[in-house]
Amino acid sequence: MTGLPPIPGALRTAVARDGETVVYVARERLLEAMRWLKDTPGQQFNYLVDVTAVEYRDRERPLEVVYFLRSLERRADIRIKVELNPAEELVVDSVYSLWRGADWLEREVFDMFGITFRGHPDLRRILMWETYAEGYPLRKSFPLRGRFSRAEQVRQALNANPEAHYSMEELSIAEAGGDLPDDMRDRLRRGERGVIPEPPNP
Amino acid sequence: MKRVGEVQSSNYLLAKFQNLVDWAVNSSRANSLWPMPFGTACCAIEFMATAASRYDFARFGMERQAFSPRQADVLICAGRLPFKLAPVIRRIYDQMPQPKWVISMGACASTGGVFDNYAMVQGIDTIVPVDVYVPGCPPRPEGLLYGILLLHKKIKGESLFDAVRRRDEQPLDEKGLRLSPETIDEISEPFGNSVHQFRSS
Repeated sequence: MTGLPPIPGALRTAVARDGETVVYVARERLLEAMRWLKDTPGQQFNYLVDVTAVEYRDRERPLEVVYFLRSLERRADIRIKVELNPAEELVVDSVYSLWRGADWLEREVFDMFGITFRGHPDLRRILMWETYAEGYPLRKSFPLRGRFSRAEQVRQALNANPEAHYSMEELSIAEAGGDLPDDMRDRLRRGERGVIPEPPNP
Repeated sequence: MKRVGEVQSSNYLLAKFQNLVDWAVNSSRANSLWPMPFGTACCAIEFMATAASRYDFARFGMERQAFSPRQADVLICAGRLPFKLAPVIRRIYDQMPQPKWVISMGACASTGGVFDNYAMVQGIDTIVPVDVYVPGCPPRPEGLLYGILLLHKKIKGESLFDAVRRRDEQPLDEKGLRLSPETIDEISEPFGNSVHQFRSS
């Protein structure tokens, strides 16, 4: 196979309409390929721009998970695609261990497409509320107006309790005081941004 | 034999007195409405223009914008409302003290507008009772001012003593809904271009 880049697990390449290189990678070797792209000298794709997914109208075509990578030093871009068979379980390895920024991006893909990212530390819905029961809105099988009647949607929305799904740590920095970075703690101590709140008594 | 000018009955005096009280109360209410802006989209930009010096709704006693529902009289929903925000606006409405009014500003707040999809409330009147609908996408500041003046008119027609014209609390029912499910489905039906689509599309 000539012309294939030396990426582990590379299956084939394509050129996108804007001239960017797209590399299809085997699902099992995605993490390996991403680590190689990030760490190999001469590649250094150290910035994960976006993670998204595509489902085509043609039911024969597989779902694709798309990773947009950029090398800040080399000013080069590359797209990595992983194909998933919609008839099977939609699972792919999480790249959270390589890029922390993948956290919310992968949550969004999970929320909209129902693709599970193996190894993600906190795979919850992010755009829709956590008790949303109608399915995954960006799938082609999802009706535009949702599966439930409008009355049922209003009922479920009004009975949702937004506070129930956020911990106090997420709602205030009172208990996060100890976890703040040192420079931020310093600024807080000097009073530039107020004072460090005392943790509440348990 | 009654003389001209003699008081007809004590009810006449009572009615006069009630009218006087209503006039005083309603004028006070109408001329110092404190708005609670609930801006979620581009309508909020027009709302800010309405509040700024050129259009200046402080001329109508809306000098103080209350960013706390506890000190607000009129909730102005400026922009589209996703289902995720439905419990939020309902709670804000519930936290406002009586008497309270709601202005639905723009096509999306009033009907869902072009967003006839899975994520958007099809008219905030399925969540909170609405007094004035301001059409437009977004409405110009003149439109919002006209809506506010209409609300003034409506307030001046209210009465503390007349059960029909009195403003009562409108809590949610035991199902947690404001309207019956049939009514919500009816007012949420597609319209305009989207009637050509089906639920399955």
